[in-house]
Amino acid sequence: MAKKLMKGCEAVAEAAIQAGCHYFFGYPITPQNDIPEYMAARLPKVGGCFLQAESEVAAINMVYGAAASGARVMTSSSSPGVSLKQEGMSYLAGAELPCVVVNMVRGGPGLGSIQPSQGDYFQATRGGGHGDYHPIVLAPSSVQEAVDMMQDAFDLADVYRTPVMILADGIIGQMMEPVEFHESTSKRELPKKDWAATGWNPASGRPRAIVNSLYIEVDELQELNDRLQARYKIIRETEAKAELYNTDGAEIIVCAYGTVARICKSAIAICEKKGVKVGLVRPITVWPFPEKQLKEVMDQPSVKKAITVEISAGQMVEDVRLTVNGAKPVEFFGKPGSYTPTAEEIAEYIMKSREA
Amino acid sequence: MQTVFKKTPVLTDAILHYCPGCGHGIVHRLVAEVIEELGIQDRTVAYVPVGCAVFGYKYFNVDSVEAAHGRAPAAATGTKRTDPNRVVFTYQGDGDLASIGAAEIVHAAHRGEKITTIFINNAIYGMTGGQMAPTTLVGQKTTTSPYGRDENHCGKPIRIAEMLATIEGSAYIERVAVNTPANIVKAKKAIKNAFECQLAGKGFSLVEVLSNCPTNWGMSPVESMEWLEQNMIPYYPLGVKKDITKEV
Amino acid sequence: MLWTNIFAGFGGQGVLLIGQLLAYAGMYEGKNVSWLPSYGPEMRGGTANCSVVVSDEPIASPVLSMADCVIAMNTPSLDKFESCVNPGGKLFINSSIIEKKATRTDIEVYYVPCNEVADQLGNPKVANMAMLGAYLEATKAAKTESVLDALLYKLGEKKAHLIPLNREAIEKGAESIKK
Repeated sequence: MAKKLMKGCEAVAEAAIQAGCHYFFGYPITPQNDIPEYMAARLPKVGGCFLQAESEVAAINMVYGAAASGARVMTSSSSPGVSLKQEGMSYLAGAELPCVVVNMVRGGPGLGSIQPSQGDYFQATRGGGHGDYHPIVLAPSSVQEAVDMMQDAFDLADVYRTPVMILADGIIGQMMEPVEFHESTSKRELPKKDWAATGWNPASGRPRAIVNSLYIEVDELQELNDRLQARYKIIRETEAKAELYNTDGAEIIVCAYGTVARICKSAIAICEKKGVKVGLVRPITVWPFPEKQLKEVMDQPSVKKAITVEISAGQMVEDVRLTVNGAKPVEFFGKPGSYTPTAEEIAEYIMKSREA
Repeated sequence: MQTVFKKTPVLTDAILHYCPGCGHGIVHRLVAEVIEELGIQDRTVAYVPVGCAVFGYKYFNVDSVEAAHGRAPAAATGTKRTDPNRVVFTYQGDGDLASIGAAEIVHAAHRGEKITTIFINNAIYGMTGGQMAPTTLVGQKTTTSPYGRDENHCGKPIRIAEMLATIEGSAYIERVAVNTPANIVKAKKAIKNAFECQLAGKGFSLVEVLSNCPTNWGMSPVESMEWLEQNMIPYYPLGVKKDITKEV
Repeated sequence: MLWTNIFAGFGGQGVLLIGQLLAYAGMYEGKNVSWLPSYGPEMRGGTANCSVVVSDEPIASPVLSMADCVIAMNTPSLDKFESCVNPGGKLFINSSIIEKKATRTDIEVYYVPCNEVADQLGNPKVANMAMLGAYLEATKAAKTESVLDALLYKLGEKKAHLIPLNREAIEKGAESIKK
């Protein structure tokens, strides 16, 4: 198929539709409005339904309802709106319902800015709502990658019966890049949704569906949590993904995700010109965090330290430190809010850090 | 032997957890009987609330979903929109619907969402232990209005049926009570009308059911029915508030 | 080949569009491209700008702090972005409405009378295309035909009759900087 120049938001929406998502519930917030707008135009034409909810709270609960009835469903928002969705995310996790939530992260806290940020890393990877749960969190660094991961985002949600979050930022959402849509087919064996509440005929033989996250007895709640944790263990062991760039024999490893990782590649080129070999470990899944991949790279004798670069006060750096576990120094470069560091600034920090 | 009464198969055999004399059991039965009579059990999805009816999924013998506090109308929207052929109802109390879920119910009505809501108004929070609800009457003592509800401090009770009747998208709104056999018969008719309104695709339908809470009101079941009659019905008048199915 | 560009002007001057046309044209010619707009409240009636990268290699960073070329369609854009031109880079100034001259001496500066060109063609809306013409002439970052293909895609067949006018604007803009 020919390449198309598309905005990240629109491309993500189209990819979701091609992955079989025909239901979208959302609420306007910058910088992700192109997603609901695209869905509003396209979904009626594919026999689906777009609905603008009265709030993010309602939107995520509409997602809960559609998921409870077995539909492939999605919502999108940006940081303040995603905070409002956290209650629903916890219920989705507790009721073991699949769905995809896109967060085009903007600067915070509070109303913050509308410029890109990575300040929602903790919220996304630690669960965000109440209770012991994790959504699977995917962090694209280009429009094409965002498109390519949508099919698997829905598949992961179905296989593990969990919310999946696409953690991007305003740059990915607003940027136009050429994208190619490949025929979207699932690479996973998808389980039957025989648990869905669709209407029950007592003669049908299937048990009555009860979609629920209430387990009032200690033992029953334990059972749910054991089931979730067992699932999370499998996810940690099998689904962590990272891109390794220039890491073989590198002296310094930069760890960054999303848009910032791309800027780091430019910084790496600047360092290379100055004769310093710097590699990049770019988590593609930020939960599960690609511990194995990072650890292998960091274990190389050539590697002296890791530098994590984020548009935050230092969030992912905690996962990097947990992974490196004191074996080598781990530094942080970045600012909270929504200041996107330039390649030159990152390169300058790397060079200075090397001399320190 | 002739059968003169049989439990509807749309209620399970689970034993209700409600307090003695509580109106929830009556309303559960009415809803279940209506579903049976309309022959829609196999395409009905129940949305139960957070509140005393939180275990509703154990009793309604249909596919059921437990919603977050107040969010049932939004979640029910998700189920209805993914297959309009489904019959979807929410069963909500006054804390759930009139307080934390006020936005969701107003906008379900505003969109003309083709769902049915059974709204139990017993003027109090039951499950959490008798706190004040938006529907608590002026002067009524609760655990969070120990000196009686003071209208200067927290306003006068909200009349949900009348409010929702003003919204263009609502199609059928009625207030009933379950304090006497005659009123229970009328309540069942109202619930049936509401479901038929949904089946006809007319829009949003809601039945507000005035019910009792002997435990948290601190009364015997009989006293509570009398209190309902004397105090609630004068403030919350019964009757059809809106019915576009009858309009020409 | 790598061209990093910042297109800036008032909202309504069509700077986002000419940036997009360059991105499309680059894509049609098999290049890697990215187009990143400024977004949000600043779009509403104020200044608008976009960063466009056209490259043979995959694009690492779509976010530009410095650029090979800056296109300034109005005075605030010149004030804001003159310092962002890489040494040896190119600065395009819409001389029809910007009275100032560039202060930098380490870059090439092109003064393009965009609005005059457009007025001569009888349509003030094509001032942006005159600027794009000058840019293409100076950089050869993309072919005029690719840009016009992109414009046809954006306009749709119903507005195909506008293509000759836009072609003329591009050509006149290019001529304006020929020595």
